[in-house]
Amino acid sequence: MEEVKLMKGNEAMAEAAIRAGVDAYFGYPITPQSEVIEYLMHEEPFKRTGMVVLQAESELAAINMVYGAAACGKKAMTSSSSPGISLKLEGISYMAGAELPCLIANVMRGGPGLGTIQPGQSDYFQAVKGGGHGDYNLIVLAPSTVQEMADFVDLGFDLAFKYRNPVMILSDGAIGQMMEKVILPEQKERLSNEEIIKHYGNWATTGKPESRESNIITSLDLKPELQEIHNQHLQNKFKTAEKNEVRYEQIQCEDADYILVAYGTSARISQKVVQLGREKGLKIGLLRPITLWPFPKKIISELADHAKGFLSVEMSAGQMVEDVLLAVEGKVPVAHFGRMGGMIASPSEVLDAVEKEINKI
Amino acid sequence: MTEEIIIAGFGGQGVLSLGKILAYSGIMQDQEVSWMPSYGPEMRGGTANVTVILSDDRINSPVLNEFDTAIILNQQSMDKFESMVKPGGLLIYDPNGISHHPERKDIKIATIEGAKEASELNNKKTFNMVIMGAFLKIHPIVLMENVHKGLEKSLPQRHHHMIPLNEKAIKVGMKKVKVIHDYKKLVAEE
Repeated sequence: MEEVKLMKGNEAMAEAAIRAGVDAYFGYPITPQSEVIEYLMHEEPFKRTGMVVLQAESELAAINMVYGAAACGKKAMTSSSSPGISLKLEGISYMAGAELPCLIANVMRGGPGLGTIQPGQSDYFQAVKGGGHGDYNLIVLAPSTVQEMADFVDLGFDLAFKYRNPVMILSDGAIGQMMEKVILPEQKERLSNEEIIKHYGNWATTGKPESRESNIITSLDLKPELQEIHNQHLQNKFKTAEKNEVRYEQIQCEDADYILVAYGTSARISQKVVQLGREKGLKIGLLRPITLWPFPKKIISELADHAKGFLSVEMSAGQMVEDVLLAVEGKVPVAHFGRMGGMIASPSEVLDAVEKEINKI
Repeated sequence: MTEEIIIAGFGGQGVLSLGKILAYSGIMQDQEVSWMPSYGPEMRGGTANVTVILSDDRINSPVLNEFDTAIILNQQSMDKFESMVKPGGLLIYDPNGISHHPERKDIKIATIEGAKEASELNNKKTFNMVIMGAFLKIHPIVLMENVHKGLEKSLPQRHHHMIPLNEKAIKVGMKKVKVIHDYKKLVAEE
């Protein structure tokens, strides 16, 4: 029978990690995502599945522990909130360079700096445009429900191993802290070294038999000729991901002549805005990117052939709006509405912004 | 049916757990639910509030600026949330500690002396269940059998012996709640 529970987003993600057969979680507490490690320590998955849960001495230590575990082909994850993710970026860039799969969750709070502990979405650029140094991309999943916080753990690891690249769950304090109904997935077994090789190929440092050369995990190649070839290989991977992994949801876009674009908590608020707007006779719809990278450019471009305008709704000064602009290619006006610093927009103020923008067209 | 509720008071009054029990009761009757708390330092000794939504349909925004029902347990929350009750909505409050009583004419207003009733039950922790009873008397959105199941789900096993007392507190709340203003009656009189 399905197991229905009332859980916080952070707890649902932690439980889903145990059930996804994750081998290790390394983290360091920070509001508003501390429930992840709190839940894991309470559940003691080291007794349930053998999963390692460790509170590192710092965010840097945690991401480098993830690097080590991932290099052995293990399913390793970490989570933090905005300032903590900034600290992890060096490790994330190294993992992208070394082609290591892992899952990183950012339960965003308002910034910059220590900012606030209330929800924010101002780490969009950091997540989708790199953040760390070098030419790399993360596959970025944006949950907008507690259910998706749970579901995206398994999906995230699938994608991470498929592309041998770090995957990020980009959530926010509201999704992390709120409780909703969640249907938990079945328990998956953790994989043995033999199964890792069978499922994901023989690249990890699972122990060297005499039958093969050493597997070397590194992001370093001092010869620029070889480093460029490595970079081309990475870029080809990213192109494949851009082709195959775009995910989004359309809500009442079919007949809409004005489209909101929003993810995470802002997408939830925007659903309400669509409902309120429709009650007032406004033909509005919502395009919700589920992958922020790769970004759903094609569908936005198609919608721009019919819609009269777009509004990007974010808890930021306007970050995703740049990708909406690029996707719309100047066909129709694109505007931004955002609150910052931990403030969450109310449905009615977003609706006011929508009406104002529609009147301008 | 969708019921959008704000429950607001001091940290320690059981505001968040009242919301959780309501949410679990909703799950027990196959509804969609969301429970969105204020979190962080504002919870510790300051004001605590939680937005709870029970609905037969998919819930869109967990964050709202107007509510079907406001359950208000201190003056700060009254100042903040009275104006956010939808016209025709419900405001329930404990008059204990309230200096500025609600003035809205276009909503239903009810009082429940939660703190007083809880101390008469010899357990101040039953305060939030007295309040819940008062609410459920006026808006019976969840059946008592589902509240029972909700209590079982949301209380840890070691507190299950407290369920009968909690249910008693709910019944006290149902009995003692007073509707002090009803916009519908006012409309009828006019």
